[in-house]
Parts: sequence; structure tokens; C-alpha cells
Amino acid sequence: MHNKTIAEISAGLKAGKFSSEELTQDLLARIDRIDGKLNSFVTVTAEQAQAAARAADERIKANKATPLTGVPIAHKDIFCTEGVKTSCGSKMLDNFIAPYNATVVERMHAAGAVMLGKTNMDEFAMGSSNETSFYGAVKNPWDLERVPGGSSGGSAAAIAARLVPGATGTDTGGSIRQPAALCGVTGLKPTYGRVSRYGMIAFASSLDQGGPFARTAEDCALLLNAMSGFDGRDSTSIDKPVPDYTATLKDSIAGLKIGLPKEYFSEGLDAGMAQAVEQAIDVYKSMGCEIKEISLPNTHLSVPAYYVVAPAECSSNLSRFDGVRYGYRCENPSDLTDLYERSRGEGFGSEVKRRIMIGTYALSAGYYDAYYLKAQQIRRLISDDFTQAFADVDVIMGPTSPTTAFKLGEKTDDPVSMYLSDIYTIAANLAGLPGMSIPAGFSNGLPVGLQLIGNYFDEGGLLAAAHQYQQQTDWHTHTPQGFA
Amino acid sequence: MEWESVIGLEIHAQLATSSKIFSGASTAYGAVPNTQACAVDLGMPGVLPVLNQKAVLMAAKFGIAVEAEIARRSVFARKNYFYPDLPKGYQISQFELPVVGKGKLDVMLEDGSTKTIGITRAHLEEDAGKSLHEDFHGMTGIDLNRAGTPLLEIVSEPDIRSAKEAVAYMKKIHSMVRYLEICDGNMQEGSFRCDANVSVRPKGQKEFGTRAEIKNLNSFRFVERAINHEIERQIDLIEGGDKVVQETRLYDSDKGETRSMRSKEEANDYRYFPDPDLLPLEITEEMLESVRATMPELPDGKRQRFVSEYDLNEYDATVLTASRELADFYEATLRFSDADPKLVANWVMGEFSAALNNDAIEIADSPVNPEMLGGMLTRITDNTISGKIAKEVFEAMWAGEGAADDIIEKKGLKQITDSGAIEAMIDEIIANNPQQLEQFRAGKEKLFGFFVGQAMKASGGKANPAQVNDILKRKLKG
Repeated sequence: MHNKTIAEISAGLKAGKFSSEELTQDLLARIDRIDGKLNSFVTVTAEQAQAAARAADERIKANKATPLTGVPIAHKDIFCTEGVKTSCGSKMLDNFIAPYNATVVERMHAAGAVMLGKTNMDEFAMGSSNETSFYGAVKNPWDLERVPGGSSGGSAAAIAARLVPGATGTDTGGSIRQPAALCGVTGLKPTYGRVSRYGMIAFASSLDQGGPFARTAEDCALLLNAMSGFDGRDSTSIDKPVPDYTATLKDSIAGLKIGLPKEYFSEGLDAGMAQAVEQAIDVYKSMGCEIKEISLPNTHLSVPAYYVVAPAECSSNLSRFDGVRYGYRCENPSDLTDLYERSRGEGFGSEVKRRIMIGTYALSAGYYDAYYLKAQQIRRLISDDFTQAFADVDVIMGPTSPTTAFKLGEKTDDPVSMYLSDIYTIAANLAGLPGMSIPAGFSNGLPVGLQLIGNYFDEGGLLAAAHQYQQQTDWHTHTPQGFA
Repeated sequence: MEWESVIGLEIHAQLATSSKIFSGASTAYGAVPNTQACAVDLGMPGVLPVLNQKAVLMAAKFGIAVEAEIARRSVFARKNYFYPDLPKGYQISQFELPVVGKGKLDVMLEDGSTKTIGITRAHLEEDAGKSLHEDFHGMTGIDLNRAGTPLLEIVSEPDIRSAKEAVAYMKKIHSMVRYLEICDGNMQEGSFRCDANVSVRPKGQKEFGTRAEIKNLNSFRFVERAINHEIERQIDLIEGGDKVVQETRLYDSDKGETRSMRSKEEANDYRYFPDPDLLPLEITEEMLESVRATMPELPDGKRQRFVSEYDLNEYDATVLTASRELADFYEATLRFSDADPKLVANWVMGEFSAALNNDAIEIADSPVNPEMLGGMLTRITDNTISGKIAKEVFEAMWAGEGAADDIIEKKGLKQITDSGAIEAMIDEIIANNPQQLEQFRAGKEKLFGFFVGQAMKASGGKANPAQVNDILKRKLKG
């Protein structure tokens, strides 16, 4: 039962082949049995899940079901869930029970999805390996000595290990696409503004975007249908109708113009990766797509610009964690300054502190123009690169990540090399564009992700391209050994 | 040496919206601590601000009133600093691009002259909560009811040259925001308060001296005293060979002095940057048109109209239009009465205002409404009562004894206008005071007043004074 996709579950529930309660119990038992090896969940909400599953079964019987009614899912622990611990992977929020639901959580709940629990993540979504979590690293189901990617590593690993068929994630610089690639699952980062950020604990507000993980593009379309749409509580959410993303999955992609940025195939890209990506491109060629080499000349500026903008915003966003109203507070503070210094000093991990310090520096009087303002100008250049590219092509493809999953601990002492894991994903965040990662083969037994970047609000086009690739290939059906 | 002081004010006017600037929580004053703070005001993880459109329209209204440029596109910025009553660790404000740009305001000074004070800018921002240091046994209580209350910070140019000018300017802004109905102006509740930037320089010098900023002045009297104290302190420092330090000072109203809060070196680096949670604020021509359509008559326009329409002098017109409530009360009273506008003005500025002051109440709570006052003034005009008796009637009305006509009737205060009766009374008075009559006729004309007084006394104040005068003049001549 745990091998079913969301589309299969949805059909099975509707046909009465099994109940949501059975499925939920099956997956809860599987999580219980297996997740000790992976550490992909921070919280398992078994009781609530069973109650929600029973309610979903009633709803299905009453013919009031949506395609997600009764479908088990998990939320990244960055989304506030009322009455349930929402830790954001941090000691700072280890004691935090959210008093309200994030819009994404509310919408998935309204659709009838059954939350099994909250998935592990890099602390405050800052990391590319899931090693910065207060709850310990998540292991990659393809190789337990390797990282699952980050920051949404828990969601990606849980899906790869068949613990849950779908999950939410957030992507600030690649945090959905990179773990999807490293774990061999499908993940989508929507256009900035497509999915509400309300209740999603902010890392870098102008870059953060929630999105779905699943095994297939079709499942991602089903999840995105439920998650998307304007939210009056998020001023950056965009008031634009949400199409039915499942309706366009089969639209012909013959004649689709695919751009391959030469900057994404240069040095630093692992040879096995390059080969797998080229093979994937050949599949598209065989489906009648036109392939074109393009240039995104400012690509090399994206990592430096990102590591100014994101830390700057995070240094301000994380100021609210001060030990005063909620979250971690140090023992016996001697005065206000001591309360702040020790609560934050003890509550945050080192990567979070590093970024707060970088960001504070970048925003300081006298440095603002040289760093923050300059980074924003670069951001514009990067957006312009994409605008020019999309005048010629419909979708941009390339590797999601320069390497396959690396070893736990391999990059923890070298932040810059860790930051470079996101070299291909960051630009889409800086420009606000939608991007996907889909399984496209293996290199040395580890999954390779193909990245698709689309024009603004062309999630439908990306999903169609991904879906049809998945009709031609079976990479997305491969299961890590021991998790079948 | 002769010194000149240079003053600029930053006025914080709390906008009279019913909900907060970035959340739906109520802004009502005086609720139980932390009962008017929602997840957004508490800075909960994941919450986001949504701008209250009414606050924007109010800011635009102010901008139009001070003839300022309204920015078609302005930007909210985060002002970052840590304080327990600042839940997010930053205040959402406007920095580089404020909603209201350069404007100006004419202020009437004590000598009757008019001075134009420049307004540098006015921007929207959220208020912080309150830290309560008493009643918590060495700890601090935090009340976040006020957190997120919309403020308009109005920054003046350093055009002000004395504490009195500063007060005149502040009063004018106070009157303006109340006219516009964008702020209740309640200074005790902190709805209207200001910071003053003060420096001194030798008269004739062009460059500004080093300034000190005095924080949180919440009464006109404190503004005047604090600025005067600060000017003296700075002059004393310089004349004693010291230098003024750029710093923030706090006014201690008990001691009547300012003391240092923090120096420039200790000042926060607020690390302003555009708030990525809020889109730039766009104001369209249609929005501005809708605001213009709701603009009330402003103090200066009203004053001019009072002069031309009611033939009042400048002084009366200024006093009556200082607050919209008083001006409205005056005009309503006029409508309810046949009295001359000048007589109505005298009563509104005189007895009526004095009674309000005495009882320390607002016009809205006055026991005498325009209909009652107008009715009474009609009775002066039609000679039913004299001005003197009217004061007695007014007091009775104020005490809640009913309308003027009822009081006049009940108390028998109707003026005596029967000339036969007055004549008889005067004959008797003259007969009883032969000595005074003789002196008067010998040229001591001052004694005319004595006879008037006797006549009024004899009539219980009810004799028509004009008739008494006429008859006395005739009879005393003999």
C-alpha cells in the first residue's frame, strides 16, 4: 500500500478498495518501524492522523471528497500547525506549539489531506544537507551515510523511503529542488507569490516559497492545486486564478523549446551527473522538443547575491526569537541583555548564527549600499537574464545540483562548498521563477535530478513537461534498497 | 552673546482607525493588557503584515491639508532594534520613501503675525507596545495592546525659533489632525505626542549647533518647558566652555529638566531596509480624488470665512476655529438663535468655554447644547432678559435645570420693560436719595452709575437697562 502514488490512492479511496484509516495506520506503522534509520520526522501526529483519516472516510462515503481527501501527507516543520509543535528544526522552537495553522496547512486540511506529522529540516531552513537540524541529520534512504539535501530533507527522504506519498516543503535557494534531486523524488518550487507564506516561518521573505514534494509530477499537480492561490493574509501573494494543474499534464510538448544554459554545464558539474542530464535531454528530443543552448551570463553572481540578501532578511526575520514571548529562554537571566544574548546564543545553532551575523553586517550603516543594495541590483540582472532567455525558449533545463548526495559531515566545516550545492537552484529564487526537480537517472547508484525552470506562473507547463518525461522513463519509480 | 535656538519637531499622531495598521486587532484604548493583540501583533512565527488601507487614506488626507506632495509610490522599511515591547525585533516604518513629502503650515504667533513652518515629511509606522515597570516586583510587564497601532510621524523643518513657536506649531497640527478626523488628539492617552530636536547658535551664525533630541513630550506645557530648559542648558554649557553632545534626552516633568538617555555613540544602528513582506505602497489618482472629496473645511479657511461671513474680528475667528468642535458648536448655536454673530461669539468664547474649563470636560459632554445656548441668546436679543440675567440663566442651564425659557419663567427672570413701572421705581429712588441728586446736579456725573445700580437692585436685575438709562437721564436733569 505504501508504494502507491497520490493519484493511485485517490482513485483507490474513491473506488472503496481501501480506507484512509487503513492506509494511514499502515503508513504510521511503517514510519514507526523505519524512520529510526532516517530521522525524517520531528513529530508524528498519529492520533490526529487517525481521526482525520476517519473523517476523510466519512467524507468520501458522503461523496464530498476532493482528490486529496484521505491522502496521507506530511508538512515540513516550518509550517505552523495549530496545537502541534512547530520547531523549524531549532532548539529555539523546541517548546513551541503553534497557536494557528499556516494557510498551506489550512488548505490541505480543507481538501481532506491527512497529516501524518512534521518533517525534519535544516534549522530555520538554513542548510543544504539537513545537518543543521537541532533534531539531528536526516539520512538519505539511497545511502544512509549520505545527506538527503536540504533544507526540506525530511520531506524528500520520507517520500523516497515510501513513508508518505506527498509532503510540503519550502524553497528559498533550492530547499525543495535540491533534496528532491538528492533523494530521487519530484519537487516543485512555485512562482513567488503563488503559494501563501502566511504561517510559514520566514527565513528570507523575498525568496521563500512553499511547494509540494511527491514521487510524480502528477502528484505534485494534485498537491499544488490544493496549496496555491491568493491569500489576503500575505501581501506578497498574487491574486491570479489557479488553473487545474492536472488538466494540462497531457498537453503536447512537441515543439517545446528547451534552453540549456551553458553556465549550468561548466566545471564543477560531476561527470556522471552531466551524462544523466544529457540522456534526459535526449528523451525530450525524442518527444519532439527543440533544444537550444542559451546563456544566463550572470549565473556566477547568484550565490554571492543570495548570500547577502538571504542573510540580511533572516537577520531581521529571526529577531523575534528573543526569549520574551515564546520559544527558548535561558535559565536565570541576570538582566535584559543577558536574556537576549543567552537565549539567542543557546537557542540558535551555528549556521543560523553565522547567517544572522552576515546579514546584520550587510545591513549595517555604511555597508548597506555596498552589500544589500548591490545584491539587489545583481538580482535584477539575474532576472533580466531569464527574461531574455524566455523570449527564445519555453523552459530551461539543467542539473538541479552539481553533485549527487554527499557524505554526512563532508561539507559541514566548509560553508562555502556547502553553499555551492545550490549554485543551479538559487537563481530561480532570486528571479521568483518556478522550478522543478525530477528524477533523471543515477550516478554511482545515487539519484540525479533534472531541473526545469519555467516562466512566471508556468507551473502548468513545467508539470506537463515533467509528467510526459515520467511517461517515457521510470526513474521516478525506483525505490531505494530496503525501502520497497 | 545673543543666542538663537533652532527647533524641529517630530509629532506622532495616532491615526483614528478602528483596527491596527497591519492586523485586524482593535485599537481601542484602555483594554485589559494583551487582550487586543493578535498573532500578528505578538510577532508569532510565520505571521505577515497586511496594510490597513484606511491608515493610508488618512495619511494622504493630512498630506493634502499641508499642501504636501503625496508619494505615488512609497516604501515600508524595517527599523531593527531589540526591545521587549517590540515583538518582531523591528518596527515597520517608512524610511527613504515616505508617503507624505514636503509640505507647509501657517502658524499664528502670539503677536498676531503669521509664520510658515516647513514640513519635511510625514510617514506611516506602527507603534510599539508598553513596558510596565511598576507592580511586577523587579520584573517588567509587557502590554502589547498598543503594538501595531497606526502612527503618522510628522517631521518639521528646523524652522522653529522658540518654545512658544514650537507650541503654536504643535497646537496647529493638533487642530489640523482633529479637523481632518484622522486623530483624536488625546494627549493623555498618548494619541498625540512629540519629540523635539533642539540646538542653539550665536545669532547671525548660519550653521546649526549640535542638537539634542528630547523624547516623548505629551503635553503642550511640557513641550514649552522642556524646550526652554534645554535651550538654557545648552547655552550654559557653551558659555561655560563645554560642548553640546549629540544625544537623546528624556524630559522629567516632575523635576522640570531633561536628562541624558543615550549618546550618539550608544545610538542603535537601525539597519533599515525595505520590508520584503509588504509591497511598495501605491497611491493612485483615484484614491487621491476620493480623499479630496472628503476634505473638510480647514482651520485657516474656516477662520477667513468666519471673518467675512459673520463679521468677526481676526482674534475671535482664530479662537473659535482653533478646534473643529468649538467652531461647529458656534455655528450650530448661530443657527438656533436670532442673536447677532458677535454676541454668540462672545458667549461661546466666554461663559461657555469657561464652564467647560471649570468642569474639565469636552464639548461633546457639555450639558448645554447649541439649541439651548441659542435659545437663551435669542432671549437677550428680544429683550426678554438682560445680559446680566442671562448669566444666571446660563448657570441654571449648565446645572441641568432645563431650557432658557423654562428657567426664565420658573424663576421669574423676565425683564421689566413696562416704562410706567420703571418710571415709578426711579421716582422713588430719586426721592430717597436727595443728597446724591444734589451732588449729581452740581456736576458729579459719576453718580449716574449709582442711580443705575439702585434701579437694577430695586428691580432684582430685571429692569431693562436701556430703559433705565433713558428714564434716569431724563429725570436726573430735573
